[in-house]
Amino acid sequence: MSPVMNCHYTSNPLKESHPGERFKVRSGFYFEAWFSDIRMYGSFRVLLQVLSAQLLCVWVLGSELTFELPDNAKQCFYEDIIIGTKCTLEFQVVTGGHYDVDCRLEDPEGTTLYKEMKKQYDSFTFTAAKNGTYKFCFSNEFSTFTHKTVYFDFQVGDDPPLFPNENRVTALTQMESACVSIHEALKSVIDYQTHFRLREAQGRSRAEDLNTRVAFWSIGEAIILLVVSISQVVLLRSFFSDRKTTTTRVGS
Amino acid sequence: MVYVALLCLRRRILNVFYDVVSSLYFHIGETEKKCFIEEIPDETMIIGNYRTQLYDKQREEYLPATQGLGMFVEVKDPDDKVILSRQYGSEGRFTFTSHTPGEHQICLHSNSSKFSLFAGGMLRVHLDIQVGEHANNYAEIAAKDKLTELQLRVRQLVEQVDQIQKEQNYQRYREERFRQTSESTNQRVLWWSIVQTLILVAIGIWQMRHLKSFFEAKKLV
Repeated sequence: MSPVMNCHYTSNPLKESHPGERFKVRSGFYFEAWFSDIRMYGSFRVLLQVLSAQLLCVWVLGSELTFELPDNAKQCFYEDIIIGTKCTLEFQVVTGGHYDVDCRLEDPEGTTLYKEMKKQYDSFTFTAAKNGTYKFCFSNEFSTFTHKTVYFDFQVGDDPPLFPNENRVTALTQMESACVSIHEALKSVIDYQTHFRLREAQGRSRAEDLNTRVAFWSIGEAIILLVVSISQVVLLRSFFSDRKTTTTRVGS
Repeated sequence: MVYVALLCLRRRILNVFYDVVSSLYFHIGETEKKCFIEEIPDETMIIGNYRTQLYDKQREEYLPATQGLGMFVEVKDPDDKVILSRQYGSEGRFTFTSHTPGEHQICLHSNSSKFSLFAGGMLRVHLDIQVGEHANNYAEIAAKDKLTELQLRVRQLVEQVDQIQKEQNYQRYREERFRQTSESTNQRVLWWSIVQTLILVAIGIWQMRHLKSFFEAKKLV
């Protein structure tokens, strides 16, 4: 009997979401309820299972980083994952060029689990089928001179319980389970906020780019106008000066 | 009795796991500088933990780096002012609190100057950056303030809502900046088109007058 991991419904918050859509529910509540059920059997084997389940349950790793990817560069990140862990990789390009990047996720044996070229944002969920080091890489090798800023969020397993040394054998009270569901909802709010912030950063960087471009363009064009018009007049004058000398020479 | 023994074993294994498994890692070259950006509201605490490993050619695996090899951590605030610039050992933990909202840059590079240490290989850096509410150590808070589990959960909720509120404030400030940038672009485009039309007309008039006087001087008109 393998430990039942928590239900994990994930919707991509980057897509337009309707109020009725499922949002991320990582609830310790379901796990605790299961706990109180198996307690009834009370055997050594069950204790071992509880032990292993708790060990797996507190194996938590979630990293969220924003880094700069120079042109023609590739940046790889690695993580050791246990078999059976549900993991999610989400990434978004914040600034730079056409806001796209190549992403590739490989398992310990080198099999490509996910590969996309020139993507602006995406979310990929998978369950680790093997033990070992998983590797994911972001590549900007197709770009010649634009630096890109990439944000990624790699969630492995679930969040740690509030009490690391907790010995949970009783079910949660109603207050506690209400707290847990509020906590999950707030986590999803923070997640949406992060995505909104990234979108806004993207929009703002485009607007600032546009602003500087307009400034340079207007100054540049004014200078070009002046230079061209003055050189036109000078060139025209030089035509007539030469012709006068040639006509006098022809005449004589 | 067996149950207690199992619990102790579990605690020990968990501690080992927390030490050994230290999250995401990446490779960094000897003189390479890796920078990470954190866009955060003000009065937010950030805790960064890192651990380095060096490739041992004899044993052909990554082992914890020697004490002499450290990492230089530099943190810059949105105004490009350095708020943290310190050297730590092969394993370190840095903390800072933001005083201005915006993009903070956390840069890491190794302090190695001896080529033999790296021997052409790469340094493996395990990095974990916790922002705001995630930086709190709830076990510590519970022990210090002697909170029950329910009180601790409510405290966590309060911290989370605090973080959401700060982020919303920061969003308002960012939106204002965005709006200012857009309005400035709008103004610039307007002024540029007016000024350019005036320049064109003025240059046209000047050109005609100048050429006319030139031809009159040359007795061609």
